Amino acid sequence: MDECDIEVGMKTGKQVNRETGKQVNTDTRRQVNRLSLSTCVPVYLSTFTRVYLSTSHILLWLLPLAFLVIAFFFPLSKIFTLTLSSSALTPENLQITNYVLRFTFYQATLSTLLTLVIGLPSAVLFSRFDFRGKTLLRALTAVPFLLPTVVVAASFTSLLGSHGLLNTILQSSNSLFPFFPLSSFILHPFLAILLAHIFYNTTIIIRIVGAALSNLDPKLEQTARTLGADSLRVWLKIILPLLRPSILAASLLVFLFDFTSFGVILLLGNSQLSTLETEIYFQAVRQFNLPLAALLSIIQLLSALAVSILYTRLVTRNPYPVSPRPTPSLKPKSIQQKLFVTILCLLLSAFFILPLASLPFRSFTRLEADRGQRGDVQYGFTTDYYKELFINRRGSVFYVPPFQAIFNSITYASATVILSLLLGFPAAFALAKPTPLEKILDPLIMLPLGSSAVMLGLGFIITYGKWLASPWLVPFAHTLVALPFVIRTLQPAIASIPQRLRQAASSLGASPFEVWKNIDLPILRRATLAAATFAFTISLGEFGATLLITRPEYPTIPVAIERFLSQPGGLNYGQAMAMATILMALTTVSILLIEKFRLPNNNDF
Amino acid sequence: MLQLTSITKSYNSKPLLDNISFTVAEGETVCLLGASGSGKSTLLRIIAGLESPDSGLISFGGVDLASTPPHLRDFGLVFQDYALFPHLNVNDNVAFGLKMRRMRQDEISQRVASSLELVNLKGFEQRSVNDLSGGEQQRVALARALAIRPRLLMFDEPLGALDRTLREGLLNGLRSILQKTKVPAIYVTHDQEEAFAIADRVMILHNGNIIRAGTPADVWANPQSAYVAEFLGLGNVIEGEVKGKIKSGEWKVESSVGEFVVMCKHKHSKGEKVHLLARPIAEQNNRWSSSSARAERTLSEGEVEDEASRDVSRPEGRIQNTVQSIVADVIFQQDKYKVTLDNGLYVYLKDAPKIGKKISVRVKIECLG
Repeated sequence: MDECDIEVGMKTGKQVNRETGKQVNTDTRRQVNRLSLSTCVPVYLSTFTRVYLSTSHILLWLLPLAFLVIAFFFPLSKIFTLTLSSSALTPENLQITNYVLRFTFYQATLSTLLTLVIGLPSAVLFSRFDFRGKTLLRALTAVPFLLPTVVVAASFTSLLGSHGLLNTILQSSNSLFPFFPLSSFILHPFLAILLAHIFYNTTIIIRIVGAALSNLDPKLEQTARTLGADSLRVWLKIILPLLRPSILAASLLVFLFDFTSFGVILLLGNSQLSTLETEIYFQAVRQFNLPLAALLSIIQLLSALAVSILYTRLVTRNPYPVSPRPTPSLKPKSIQQKLFVTILCLLLSAFFILPLASLPFRSFTRLEADRGQRGDVQYGFTTDYYKELFINRRGSVFYVPPFQAIFNSITYASATVILSLLLGFPAAFALAKPTPLEKILDPLIMLPLGSSAVMLGLGFIITYGKWLASPWLVPFAHTLVALPFVIRTLQPAIASIPQRLRQAASSLGASPFEVWKNIDLPILRRATLAAATFAFTISLGEFGATLLITRPEYPTIPVAIERFLSQPGGLNYGQAMAMATILMALTTVSILLIEKFRLPNNNDF
Repeated sequence: MLQLTSITKSYNSKPLLDNISFTVAEGETVCLLGASGSGKSTLLRIIAGLESPDSGLISFGGVDLASTPPHLRDFGLVFQDYALFPHLNVNDNVAFGLKMRRMRQDEISQRVASSLELVNLKGFEQRSVNDLSGGEQQRVALARALAIRPRLLMFDEPLGALDRTLREGLLNGLRSILQKTKVPAIYVTHDQEEAFAIADRVMILHNGNIIRAGTPADVWANPQSAYVAEFLGLGNVIEGEVKGKIKSGEWKVESSVGEFVVMCKHKHSKGEKVHLLARPIAEQNNRWSSSSARAERTLSEGEVEDEASRDVSRPEGRIQNTVQSIVADVIFQQDKYKVTLDNGLYVYLKDAPKIGKKISVRVKIECLG
C-alpha cells in the first residue's frame, strides 16, 4: 500500500496522465512501480487514467497497424483466396508444386548438412582456441551474412562461373600451354548454390554452437576425463550430447534461410534449378500463372512457419543450466591441435576471402573479348565496366543509362528510411512499455520477417496490380521488410531511458513535446541513426520483392545486376561485376555505420 | 603411495606453485589449506593430469605418471559445483566411469547401487540430476567418484556451495566413507574448520609454498608463522620488538598493546622484530575489573594508564601476561562473549563486561618467530 501512496504522490496532476503513455520498465524496481500503478490507479485515481493510457497506445499503433494491414495482411488474404480458387489446384499445378517442393527440401537439407560440416569445426576453432587474427577471421565469416544475396551470388560467379576468374584464366592459359589438362572450369549450378549457402550461413553455426560450446562448464570435461573417458569419448558422450539443442537450433535456422533463399538460386541456378521461391517468381512474372504462384507461396509460408515454430520451441526450452564459469579459449598446444587450427584457418580464409576479393578484382580486369570486339582482346586492368554504366547504348538491357539504377536505389532507400522511421517510432514507443495490447501486436508486427520477400512482392502484384506503373510501390515493400529491424533497434533504446529523467524534466516545467525533444531525442540519436542505416541497407540489397514489382525503367542495383548477368557477353558480365562491387561497397559502409551507432549490448540475431 | 617431487608451475610467467613436494600415504587424508588463488586447485588438476607442471615429478606406487593421461590414472575428482552431467540421470552419472571401463552391465548396476547406498541415495537412480538439492547433487558426485574404486580421491572445495548445517552432515558422512574405504584422499579447502575436521594431515599453501604441514593438533598448537596463525584464526597476531633476554628461552618483548615475557625456542637479538600470538582464551583479572569506576573516570580525562600492562606475575612457574584496555564491543557467542578491546585485541570471556569499562585480562602469549 505504501507503493500506492508513492505512486499517487508522484503521479497526480496533468503531467502524469500524459506521461503514463511512455512508461518504461527495464528493471525490477520499476516493474514494481508499474505493477502497483496498474493495480492502484483505478482505486486512487479515476478510471479516466486507465482509459487514457490505452487510448494513447491505440493512437501510437494507428499508423503502423494501418500500414501492416494495407501492405501485408490484405495482400496475404488475397493470396489465400486465390489459392483456394479452382484454378490453383489443377493437376499440372500440383505436379509442378510437388517437384519444386521436393527440390526445395532437398537443396535446403543438403545445404544445411554441408554448412554443419564446415560450421561445427569452425565453432570449435573460435570458441576453444586463441590464435593471431582470430577476431578478424571471425568477423570475416560474418560478412557474407550481412551482404545482399545478389552480391554473394555475383561473387561466386566472379570466381567460379563461366566468365569467372578461374575459368577465364584456365582458358587463356590453354592457348599458351596447349597440353594443360584442365582447359576450363565452370562450377555446376547446383554445387554453386550449395557453396553460396555454406558461405552465407556458416556464421550462424559458429555463433550459436560456438556460444554454447564456450558456455559449457570445463569441469564436466575434466570430471569425465578423471572417470576414464579419453578425449574422443569426452566429445561423443559429454560435449556433443550437451551441444545437441544448440546444434539443432542452429541447423533449423540455417535450414530456414536455405529454404527461403531466392537471389542465390535465381542467379546461380541458371534457370534450370527451381525452388519454391524462384518458381513463385517464374510463375508470376514469366508464365503469368498467378494462382500457381499463390499456391506455392502459401506452401512456402506454412513450411517456413512450421520450421520457425520448431526453432522457437527449441530455443525457449533449453534443458541444461548455463555454467557460471565458461570454458576459456586457449592457445593450441599439441601437434594435432596446431594442425587443426592452422588447416582450418587457411581453409576458412580462402573460402571467405577468395569470392569477396575476386568480385572487385574481376570488375577491374578484362580477361576476354567484349561483345562486338571479337579477336582483339587486351588483357589487363580496365575501368571500362564502370564507364559503361554511364552510357545508354542501343541494345542495352535498359532504357536508361545503368548508373540510373544507383540513383533509383538510393532514392528508394531514402524513402524507405523515412517511411520505416515514421512507422517504427510509434510502434517502438508502444512496445517499450508493453500493455496486454502489445502482447498480441508484438508477434504480429514481426510476421513479415518470417514470410519471404517474393511472396510479399506477389501480394503486391495481386492486390495492387493496377498501380504497378508507379515507382512508389517499391519503398512500401522495402519498408515492410525493414520495419521489424527498425522497431527492434529502437525499442530497447527507448526502454533504456529511465522514466525518472522524463519526470524530472516535466517537473522542471517541460511540456510533453519538450520532454520528447530534449530528453528522448538526444538519447535516441544513436539508435535512430542505427535504425535508419539498417533500413537503408535492407532497401539497397532487397531483391525478391523488388524484382517482382519494379518497373523496367526504374531498376534498382540488385535488379540491374540480375539483368546484366542474365544477358550474354563479356561487357554485360563486367558491368554486373562493377555494379555488384558498388553495392558491396555501399553495404560495407552501412554495416560499419550500424556497428558504430548500435548499442554495445545488442544481440546479433 | 602418491608422491610429488618439486612440482613447479607458473601462469603468465608468475610463479603459482614453487617446488612443491609431499607424499600421501595409504588410507591417509591430506588437506591442502590455502586462501583463494594460492594454487591449491591447480595442484589438484596437476595431480589429476588435467594440467601439466612446468617441472617436477608425480608418481603413484613408485610409477611415474608423466605419460599417463588423466583418463588412465584412476583418480577420482569431486568439484565444488559437482560437475554432474546434466544430460544424464543419477544412474548414468554414477555409471559413467564404469561404462568407460567397459564393465559388464550387471556389474555396473551392482556397483552403482552400492555406491549410491554408501552416500545414502538408494532409490535415486532414475532421478534427473537437475532436480536434486545441492546436498544430494554433491552426494551423487561423490558416488560417481567412488564407483570407479579410485586409487586416490581428490576433493576441490567439495562443500563450499552448501550451507553450514548441510556441510557438517556431509563432512561426517565423508569422513566415515574415507575410513571405511581406506582410499587415500587429498582434500582442498579454504575453510580451516573443515580441514581440521577431516584431515589426518594438514598442509597450508601460501605464495606457492607449503609453509606448514602437520597433524591438525600440531598445526593448531604450533602455527610457527604469523600467516598461519592469522589464516587459521588462532587469535590476535601482534608485532613486537625484542627488548632483552630474561633467561634462556625467555624474552622480554614490547608491543603496541603492552610489554610481555614470552617463551621462545628461537634465538633473538635485542631490537629484533617478532610476531606474537595472543590466544583469545583469557581470564578476567578481578583486581582490574573491580576498579572500573576509577578507570572510566581516568580515561574520560584522556589519560593513558600503561604501568598496569607491565604487571607480570608467575604463579606455579607459568608465565602470566596481562593486557589491560577499555571494552570496545561485546558480542554474545553461545557459551561465551567475544570481547573486543580498544587496543584492537579480542578475547573470549565467560561474563560480559560493560562497554566502555576498563578491564584487565590474563592472556597466553606465544612467540611466532
